[in-house]
Order: sequence, then C-alpha cells, then structure tokens
Amino acid sequence: MLNNYNSLAQPMWQNGPAPGAFYNFTGGQTPVQQLPRELTTVGPYGTKHSTASSTTGTSVLGIRYDSGVMLAADTLVSYGSMARYQNIERVFKINKNILLGGSGDFADIQSIKRNIDQKMIEDQCCDDNIEMKPKSLASWMTRVLYNRRSRMNPLYIDVVVGGVDNEGTPYLANVDLRGRSYEDYVVATGFARHLAIPLVREKKPKDRDFTAVEASELIRTCMEVLYYRDTRNISQYTVGVCSVNGCGVEGPFQVNENWTFAETIKGY
Amino acid sequence: MSTIGTGYDLSASQFSPDGRVFQIDYASKAVEKSGTVIGIRGKDAVVLAVEKIITSKLYEPDAGGRIFTIEKNIGMAVAGLVADGNYVADIARQEAANYRQQFEQAIPLKHLCDRVAGYVHAYTLYSAVRPFGLSIILASWDEVEGPQLYKIEPSGSSFGYFACASGKAKQLAKTEMEKLKTDMRTDELVESAGEIIYKVHDELKDKDFRFEMGLVGRVTGGLHLINPSELTEKARKAGDAANKEEDSDNETH
Repeated sequence: MLNNYNSLAQPMWQNGPAPGAFYNFTGGQTPVQQLPRELTTVGPYGTKHSTASSTTGTSVLGIRYDSGVMLAADTLVSYGSMARYQNIERVFKINKNILLGGSGDFADIQSIKRNIDQKMIEDQCCDDNIEMKPKSLASWMTRVLYNRRSRMNPLYIDVVVGGVDNEGTPYLANVDLRGRSYEDYVVATGFARHLAIPLVREKKPKDRDFTAVEASELIRTCMEVLYYRDTRNISQYTVGVCSVNGCGVEGPFQVNENWTFAETIKGY
Repeated sequence: MSTIGTGYDLSASQFSPDGRVFQIDYASKAVEKSGTVIGIRGKDAVVLAVEKIITSKLYEPDAGGRIFTIEKNIGMAVAGLVADGNYVADIARQEAANYRQQFEQAIPLKHLCDRVAGYVHAYTLYSAVRPFGLSIILASWDEVEGPQLYKIEPSGSSFGYFACASGKAKQLAKTEMEKLKTDMRTDELVESAGEIIYKVHDELKDKDFRFEMGLVGRVTGGLHLINPSELTEKARKAGDAANKEEDSDNETH
C-alpha cells in the first residue's frame, strides 16, 4: 500500500484499500477471504478481462431417436470471420454413454473437455466398471457454468450433451454459458437453434419418437440448410451416434450442396 | 530380534553403526508378512496377481483389494500395509493426473515410478514420519513402449523387471518365475500367474485366500482391468489344476 504503483488511481485514504481491493473492516482479526485471481487487482493498472471469444465453433445439432441420440457439428473453428482451422472435431465421445458437442469459444471447450476427460479417468480408477451417465455430466456442467457466470468470468460455450443411461433410455440436453440447461428431443446451438430446430419439430411424428433412419435424414437436411445460410461454417461435418449398441463419432461427411434454388431467390 | 537394533532403530533419521537404517528394515518386515504379490511381463501384456488372504468370512468378496488402477493403462499392486497402499495409490493417481494436465498424454511408467519412488524415499529421511510399509509393483502397456513392469521397495529404490514378487512367499515365487520363458502370449501369461499364486499359497498357515489379478495389454484394448472375468477364470482354473493333488477346499471365490 505504501509503494503505490497505481498512478492512475490514488488510494482513497491512507492505509485504505486500493481501487478494486476489499477493505478489512474487522481490524485485522479475520483475514480477508482470498478472492479468485480474476477478481483481485494485479499489475500496475488492475485486471481487465474480456468475455470476447477468439476462436469459435458454430452450431451443434442434437436429435434424440427411439434408441439413442445423434449429435452433428461441422469441422470448422473460425477466427472471427476467418475460416482458420478447417478439420477440427467438435463432437466428442466422452465415455461409452456420453457424447458432447461443443460450440462457442473453442479454447474454453478444450479446457472443459480436458477436465471432463480427467473425470472419466477417475471413474475408471474406482475399478467398478461404472461409467458416468449423460444426465450427471449435464448437471455438473450446468453447475460449473452457472458458477463461472456468477463470478463474472464465464466459459463462453454452448454445448449439447447426449447419450444413453444404463437402461438404454436416450438423453439429450443443451447447456449454455449462463448455466441454463434444458432437455428435449431436439436441441441445438448457434444458427441451428433458429434454422434446424423448427425443421426437426415440423417433421416430428406426434405419437412416437424418431427412428434412427429419420434422425439421420434430418441431420443431413439440417446440415445442408445450415451450410446455405450460416456464413461461419464449412461443408464438412462429423456426426456422433450413441445408443445401446455403442457410442462413437462418425465422419467426416460432406454436405450435398445444391445451389440451384439460388436462382429463384429475389432479394434475401 | 529385539536386541538387534536397540538404540538405533527408533527413528528413520538414524543410522546404526553397521550402516543400516533399521526403520526401513522393519518396514520390509511388514511387507514380508503380507500375502504374495507377483508381476509378470509378457509379449504384449503385463499381469499383476495377488494372493489375497481372507481373515474373516464376513468380508465382501472384493474387500481389501490390493490392486489399483492408477491411469487408463497403468495398474499397481501392493504388498504390505493396505492402508499405506490406498494412500500411495492416491499419490500415484495425482502424479498421473498432473502429468496429463501438463502434457496431454498418459504418464510414461518410468517417470511415474521415479516420482512414486521419490515420494516413498522422502518418508525414509525424517524422524517425524515413518517409512511406508509397502512394496509397490507398477505395470503398464501401450502401443509404443509395449509392456513395462517396475517394483518399488520400502527404501524407495526401484528397478525394472521381467518378473517380480513380494510378500510372504517371495522367494518361492521367484524360484517359480525363473522357470518361465520371456515374451509369453497373454493366455500363457495369465495361466502362469494363476499357477504361481496357487502353488506358493501355504494351505496350512492361511486357509482362505482369493486370487485376484490386474491385466493391461493389447487384449484389454490398452486399459488396465481388474479381475476381467474370462481371463481371471482361466488363471484360477490353471492354478487349481496345478494344485490338484493338494486340498483346495479352503479356497474362496
């Protein structure tokens, strides 16, 4: 406090807190709780953090069918408007029950995925052959993302968590950067939320779930529509499939482009 | 026995006049009392086998396990004080997790062995703590390095092995292991492990025992599995067959 390097903001009073720091009113009896690093003043000009993302992934689409789930995402990670990394998997097999599709800031996706991978290794070390269920992972992610958001330091991601539980009941949910989570037979992030979800809902039979073939067809159609309309994706995508018969990521597939409809469009 | 180390055996920070640290020797005695543990390296797998002596019929079958999974492809078996074993297994898991966080790959076994051995050794330097009463056998397999096997003694020294043993019947097990050929196929490896454990088990001294094994190799997809059903059955059958002239009624499954 005596050596004040903060030339922009002088201390408010002698022996008082520097701007951004907390003042201990109890007279030094109880130590001030150590704040997480991102909220403490460091450096000569304090801390500034930005919630802007640098490398981003675009939409992820998830569809639940009678015996499992399918998650699709293209293989592009953009750098602003530049299509920088064009062969990146954004759908991950977490364990034999869970698939995770990540969109938003890709560094944050990689960070949380590393954390999740370590969780899976810990599960394995318990030596009971029990693997985490998709709902449990979605619940954990919700808590982590909500707490980060509440501390004003979010992980800038929007993820789709899908899979099957032990009895083979499919599960599909979307968790976003604010820690909001919901389950449905179709969930999506980014542009797919606006373009693909209505498409899938329209095709949904009233009295039953989709079949695997129907889900697959819908994925194909939706990825095609997204490629026409989203300006931050590419035509190559991968699809994760998780059912009682197994869990894995297939691809990469190519969108079957057909631009002839473009001639019919006047205006936008 | 009580007169051997008198005066120089009270703490690990003292040498005796003949250059021994008695606390470490006593730790080895704790290891020698425990059920036998062996590790054998094959062509593309490593097997860890334990003679788990059952002291009470009231225990659940999987109670008191002495084989641990440290990482996806790393297994660890202990001889000695099982409570110390749980603790060191946790340390090993933390080391592996830290390495993975830094380097995004599974820790190489030599590296893990050095770290755990260093940790065990540190506890032999001070009078404030006691050495771990453990002999630790580490095993791993991966596509690049192949099968690997290391053992850490209570003193903190560690070596790589083709086959190693610890515990009650260590000498007997070593004699049996010297007869084995190197680079065995996985099924032969597992059967040999079963035979050795069943042979060295002393029927008269410890009635009930349970054979447990850990296996990591190409056949398990590079994962460390504990008591994988088919191969464990194979090992038990081979052990039983090797012992058919002896009374095997005392064995609990």
